[in-house]
Amino acid sequence: MKSFGYNITEDRQIDFDANDRNVTVFINEIEPSILLCMGCGSCTATCTTGHFTDFNIRKIHTLIQRGELKHLKKEIMKCMLCGKCQLVCPRGVNLRNLILSIHTALEKSGL
Amino acid sequence: MTFNLFVLPFSLGFIFLFFTMIMKNRSWIHEMDVEDKRKFKSGLRSPRIFFALREIFFESLLHRKMFRRNPMLGYMHMSFAFGWFLLILFGNMESRIYSGFWINPPYYPIFLKFFIHDKHVLPFEIFTVPGFFRFSMDLLLLFVLSGLFLAILKRSRSHWFGLKKTSQLQFSDKVTMTCLWLIFPLRLLAESFTAGAYGYGGGFITQHLGNVLAFLWPLNDKDVAYACWWMYSLSLGIFFVMLPYSRYMHIPTELILIFYRNFGIQTRKGSGFFSEIELLSCSRCGVCIDVCQLNTAAGIQDIQAVYFLQSIRHKQVMNNIVNRCLVCGRCQEVCPVGIHTDYQRLFHREVFRKSQAQDFSFLNGESTRKAEVIYFAGCMSHLTPTIPEAMQQILDTAKIDYLYLDKDHTVCCGRPLMLAGKPVQAEMLIAQNKKTILDSEAVLLVTSCPICYRVFREDYKLDIRILHHTQYLLELIKKGKIPLQAYFRKVAYHDPCDLGRGSGVYNDPRELLLKIADPVKVRNEGKDSLCCGGSLGLINAGTEEKDRITKEALENYLEAKPEILLTACPLCKKTFAKHSPVEVMDVAELVMEAIPKKAGEVMSC
Ligand code: SF4
Ligand code: SF4
Ligand code: SF4
Ligand code: SF4
Repeated sequence: MKSFGYNITEDRQIDFDANDRNVTVFINEIEPSILLCMGCGSCTATCTTGHFTDFNIRKIHTLIQRGELKHLKKEIMKCMLCGKCQLVCPRGVNLRNLILSIHTALEKSGL
Repeated sequence: MTFNLFVLPFSLGFIFLFFTMIMKNRSWIHEMDVEDKRKFKSGLRSPRIFFALREIFFESLLHRKMFRRNPMLGYMHMSFAFGWFLLILFGNMESRIYSGFWINPPYYPIFLKFFIHDKHVLPFEIFTVPGFFRFSMDLLLLFVLSGLFLAILKRSRSHWFGLKKTSQLQFSDKVTMTCLWLIFPLRLLAESFTAGAYGYGGGFITQHLGNVLAFLWPLNDKDVAYACWWMYSLSLGIFFVMLPYSRYMHIPTELILIFYRNFGIQTRKGSGFFSEIELLSCSRCGVCIDVCQLNTAAGIQDIQAVYFLQSIRHKQVMNNIVNRCLVCGRCQEVCPVGIHTDYQRLFHREVFRKSQAQDFSFLNGESTRKAEVIYFAGCMSHLTPTIPEAMQQILDTAKIDYLYLDKDHTVCCGRPLMLAGKPVQAEMLIAQNKKTILDSEAVLLVTSCPICYRVFREDYKLDIRILHHTQYLLELIKKGKIPLQAYFRKVAYHDPCDLGRGSGVYNDPRELLLKIADPVKVRNEGKDSLCCGGSLGLINAGTEEKDRITKEALENYLEAKPEILLTACPLCKKTFAKHSPVEVMDVAELVMEAIPKKAGEVMSC
């Protein structure tokens, strides 16, 4: 087939009924401060790992809230836990513990 | 007659304890690696054994460190330990003179007054003081009883002992403690009733008390005395049997700890037999509770070293206990036993996180240019850009040819991962940074961040000089490389945990300050300094709790009414700046300010 330089984009519909929100509930319980997030993206802007890759911590916790856990494990392994994100967060989200609890949640749910 | 059935509880308890300790120690020796075994063997044949005995005398018997902390607390511990020790010593001498043998059954000195009722002067005493032993044994008993009185008082009036909060007890501790508290009053009663019944044989307390009791008591005194001897023996026996399962296990274990430590065996990162010895050596004195800022500022009262160690011992380590700690090292600093709680804490975090992998394959070591001096700002310094900026300008002024290693992007030093319980995963970052550092062929590595400084020194195994910027700046000033025209502003200096307690750098920053500022004295400083509250060691605590810790620390500095709050850590600076009414600066920034404008003009952009 002739290539026109276009691809079929992946379906971005969020299906809350199909998504597994158990992990979300678990994480929100361990680190409820995540509910304070207003999505400003400061954490991602300062992220140490983000300087090297397209790792995006804000996106990660947004995905978790939606229960979209597909690429989570691969992504979360890149965080260096340096704590910069937490220091710049205007809402006082304890991001380091959030990341650690994602690790725990994934481990527990065998994902 | 040198035997009676009532000696059995004591004797059996004693034998049980003796063999338990032997078995324990055997298993510890068994667990030692080759290196530790070598140290142990050579230690046994070296004068270090005398150093250990000396330390045991001063710390386990006299409780010198405890005295320094609070004389009442020190006296309480000393009267128990030293008093009991002297009772045993004198009792053994006395009983040997009576029996005429060098070897006695162990119970004989303990129950001597039951077996021997003597009003004569011993041959030995003719040359000294008549009734010497009777007198001294009573005096020593009084000494121990005074300590007991204080111990009971401490349970309800702990603030008299310099403790705001005394440790909570477990059931096994309560039983053992009751037995311990009963031992000496029962001994007093047993000896008094016996002396009273016979009309002689007691010392200045037991005889008089015995006479009064004999006068008042309607029953046969010898029977009452016999019952008291039974109870005395029982309380001793139960105490010995319960001891390995209670906090009093610290008594025999601390002796072993002191020997091993003097032989050069040390705590390592990770757990092992030594951690267990340290753990069992905790006397639950509670000194660590009061210094912990999570307690004093944030009202979190279940995670302090004493409770943490207790939870390990009872195999109930919980996420909350392990992860709620600043790893500030304050408790470790004051612990009279010298327990390395930080290592233990990090090891137990590791247990939770062992299998949680990291992936840093996206880092693919960039090549650097060669330089003799490299400057590593660290992640945190990038959040306080004025610090690395000041450093660059100072280094330029001093005409140092340096390479700013992490100018564009930092690879984290790895300590934050270690603090979260991932030392193995941190190795990947360490390897990455190490490669870049070695590639530069530098001979000196300067960093602005105490967190990086500590991990560079402890875990990187680099063969080059590593300095924190306060140390390096002092060196440059001493060499006359930085022109200074100081304003001598009034500053309060805050020791960052990882620089002070963590790496022992207290003097260099202070020496530097004297050259450019007017440092004021603050309440908690040096080893006693407070944590700013921003520590990456604290994994799960809310903003509110952290803020309270920061405010408590701030108060300490503001009391001295400084113009500037000075620190040597970007993380401390950022944390303090959030709440401080006075300006918060890093030492490097103050040095920058002190460089005369004329010399600075070239760089000001
Ligand atoms: S802790 Fe992780 S997510 Fe946060 S800034 Fe550092 S690398 Fe990024
Ligand atoms: S910085 Fe804080 S508030 Fe902003 S996106 Fe990140 S977590 Fe949310
Ligand atoms: S850890 Fe040290 S200071 Fe704390 S209770 Fe135990 S012995 Fe005392
Ligand atoms: S290290 Fe600091 S925060 Fe942790 S228990 Fe000790 S004093 Fe408290």
